[in-house]
Amino acid sequence: MTGGEGQTDWAALVVRVRDFQDKAAFAALFRHFAPRVKGFLMKSGASDSLAEECAQDVMATLWQKAHLFDASRASVGTWVFTIARNRRIDALRKSRRPEPEDLPWGPEPEPDQAEALEMQQETTRLGEALAQLPEKQRALIERAYYGDLSHSEIAEETGLPLGTIKSRIRLALERLRHHMT
Amino acid sequence: MMIRHTLPDTLLMGYAAGTLPEAFNLVIAAHVSLSEDARVRLGAFEAVGGAMLDTADAAGMTDDSLDRMMARLEGLPQANARAPLAGDEVYPAPLADYMERGLHWQSVGKGVKQAILKTDRAASARLLRIPAGQAMPGHGHKGMELTLVLQGAFLDGSTRFGRGDIEVATAETDHTPIAEAGMDCICLAATDAPLKFRDLLPRLAQPFFKI
Repeated sequence: MTGGEGQTDWAALVVRVRDFQDKAAFAALFRHFAPRVKGFLMKSGASDSLAEECAQDVMATLWQKAHLFDASRASVGTWVFTIARNRRIDALRKSRRPEPEDLPWGPEPEPDQAEALEMQQETTRLGEALAQLPEKQRALIERAYYGDLSHSEIAEETGLPLGTIKSRIRLALERLRHHMT
Repeated sequence: MMIRHTLPDTLLMGYAAGTLPEAFNLVIAAHVSLSEDARVRLGAFEAVGGAMLDTADAAGMTDDSLDRMMARLEGLPQANARAPLAGDEVYPAPLADYMERGLHWQSVGKGVKQAILKTDRAASARLLRIPAGQAMPGHGHKGMELTLVLQGAFLDGSTRFGRGDIEVATAETDHTPIAEAGMDCICLAATDAPLKFRDLLPRLAQPFFKI
């Protein structure tokens, strides 16, 4: 928890919430993620008050599902994103998103600390890579994630820099693959 | 299981972003359940979402937001995650929810049967059961059609689609899929627009079968 924001070990805070219902750890997670979730939902078309309520719901889910978080599979940011996305589908789109069958994840009950940190850094690097994309490409990706592109537009969109993204997340991909044996 | 025909990145990204119609989400969730490659790529596109959230413009929460949050945590139970319904050797787990109330199979001619699954109206999803060796009526598309094979296989021209394979058909595709001999073919299909049948009879039947 020392140093700049970039060095905060969010995964360790989630573990403290999981193991000790640590409210200080939760408050730190809230201060960082709740405003981002709210911003994400407002960009997706939610009003200020609906986005605020949903951001609270998302953080409540984080509190309740802390025991399901696996730091070797996803960064905290990615995990919170999936919770926020599902809340958006529920509340804004009034739709459902069936989840894939859960896989047995092999015999590693406690993820390695270094791996967890690496996963988090990978997401940070991915964010930097996104920030460095040409403006036009980055805007397209954002429109896709904020729901401004219809599914047929997404399917036909050839300007999406998926190749760039994929090469950037190669390491994250390999790590996921490694865990799925 | 060797999956030869997988989803394009664009649709996996749409699923990760959570912006697709429910019917497509269902087909994609079922495909990901059967394809390790698709699951890995999905993880990557969710990481993109995570990176976007990390760098998103923060919107100020109201002043008492954290206080209200902390009050709300009192007495909030740990989520006892509802054990997800299990799949079986034909139908992957994401389908189980939709099949819980039973499937209503209706005959659509030539021994082909369909069961419509209830989803949001942006697109429709159905299970299709095609007798071994039987051809589906030839058709084109006004929109997009995703077809995932769950049992047996079908041939589209010289291309074979087996269990776990997915075919993406668009407005440019006009095809007559044929179930491979030997075993009935069961598919999960989703489409966002009515199909365009070449022959009169299936065209007349269309409104009744909601294809």
